[in-house]
Amino acid sequence: MSSIDFRFELERGNFRLETGAVLPGFGVTALFGASGSGKTSLLRCIAGLERARGRLEVNGECWQDSENRLFVPPHRRALGYVFQEAALFPHLRVKANLEYGRRRTPAGARKGSLDHCCDILGIGGLLQRYPHQLSGGERQRVALGRALLNSPRLLLMDEPMAALDRPRKAEILPYLERLHEEADIPVLYVTHDLEELARIADQLALIENGRILKQGPLAEMLASLDLPIARDEDAGAVIETQVIRHDDEYHLTHLGFCGGEILVGRIQRAMGERLKIRIHARDVSLALQPPGETSILNVVKAVVTEMADQGPGRIMVRLDAGGTPLLARITRKSQSRLGLKTGMPVYAQIKSVALSI
Amino acid sequence: MTEDISALWVTLRLALVSTSILLLLGMPLAWWLVRTGSRLRTVVESLVALPLVLPPTVLGFYLLIALGPDGIIGGLTDHGLAFSFTGLVIGSVLYSLPFVVQPLQNAFSAVSPLILEAAGTLRASALDRFFSIVLPLSRPGLITAATLGFAHTVGEFGVVLMIGGNIPGKTQVLSIAIYDHVEALEYGRAHWLSGGLLLFSFLILFLVYRQNGRRE
Repeated sequence: MSSIDFRFELERGNFRLETGAVLPGFGVTALFGASGSGKTSLLRCIAGLERARGRLEVNGECWQDSENRLFVPPHRRALGYVFQEAALFPHLRVKANLEYGRRRTPAGARKGSLDHCCDILGIGGLLQRYPHQLSGGERQRVALGRALLNSPRLLLMDEPMAALDRPRKAEILPYLERLHEEADIPVLYVTHDLEELARIADQLALIENGRILKQGPLAEMLASLDLPIARDEDAGAVIETQVIRHDDEYHLTHLGFCGGEILVGRIQRAMGERLKIRIHARDVSLALQPPGETSILNVVKAVVTEMADQGPGRIMVRLDAGGTPLLARITRKSQSRLGLKTGMPVYAQIKSVALSI
Repeated sequence: MTEDISALWVTLRLALVSTSILLLLGMPLAWWLVRTGSRLRTVVESLVALPLVLPPTVLGFYLLIALGPDGIIGGLTDHGLAFSFTGLVIGSVLYSLPFVVQPLQNAFSAVSPLILEAAGTLRASALDRFFSIVLPLSRPGLITAATLGFAHTVGEFGVVLMIGGNIPGKTQVLSIAIYDHVEALEYGRAHWLSGGLLLFSFLILFLVYRQNGRRE
């Protein structure tokens, strides 16, 4: 019942989208793929902006069924859509932009309030401005607020940060990460940025040549060696952790996960708070013995579960650390020197940890 | 003098009625021209632009026939529509159509499709999008269209002469009254009307350009 169930067929010139899937009807699902793979087209089909053949059901509500000649137009699909560019209405102030969808929502179906939305997005001070008076980051936050205030049953986001520079991205990411807590609706998030999706998504669907290749929980997907993302320079594992202790003497914070403990620089988070961290495969090295004198703080006991040859001299190793998957990228020379085999216990030394703060 | 006043009155009435009809007709037509993928588009576009290149007498001639008691339009009425105010309105609307449709078309095509899609995902139907997004964003184009339509109708001569004749108080408009005065060598009265029209046209154009200049 709680799912986004679809099957689409769409042809546009040389491009062909032909895919179907049952995506979870909750949490943030990233649609990941190279540009031109059909991510945006799929999103547009779901919104009804492209008229594909097929069917679509969102959490039990049928929005499209070509066989029964049913096609609910976009304005009757309670959804929120955030485009790459903010697409704000230039003749309306921020407040009127935010209220555009809300004013058209039946009173009984309205969720959230303008004030609350302004609070979580930090746009309360911009209400009287016009879009051309906003920075790129501000515009995108207003666009997100406008979509949320439309009381959507499904939020669609098409690379909402693609047009922003690094500092602007850093400004928006925290708001996106808070989406899980704020919006109890499913979110489909299109991106081709691995870092971005690792921070935001709960599930991952891989798209290639107009087809959904595979989908699953984020941590599992990122650690699958048979998927193209494992070959990405930025490949790595995502680990769910919890703050267990702050060490003020050395200015460190201890994060616990089911495979052990990881130390990071002191962060401003409350005890017990959940935190997603990301460990790049290139930052993990392997040893057979517990390393003796070393400056590396984080050493985790793990078992080799899988190895994949990734071209000239490089091997990707998948590890299991107490049920948590980890990735390590090593040279083939190291592999043969250590005599690595699946099932072997090893010590994974983690050189650095990427935090989402 | 009373004749001149009634000519002024007929002219204003004609311009106001024609402009209103032109806008009502021009908006959906221009929107269709901007959005359609139909092959008919070029045909319709050319038809609309015809008055720009045709001598007014050609249009007037065919209108006279069509509006006459046995014409395809006039035949629908008891005595035909030639030499009547309604006939004048039909003629003016056709003749001024490109002056209204083209500015509207330019304005409408400047509205980004992305913004309209965004409005569509925010529960706005096509009609709602037209009134809440397209029209407000096209305001300068709308003002230009209305003004050009109005001014062009006020200044029209040839078509009016062909189909309206010259019935004082009914179909005699300013431009024709001026022609009459000149023919009768009443240069003083011709001056009054011509000077008035000149000033009026200048003022209108000045106000429009100032308004549009301010928005940019």
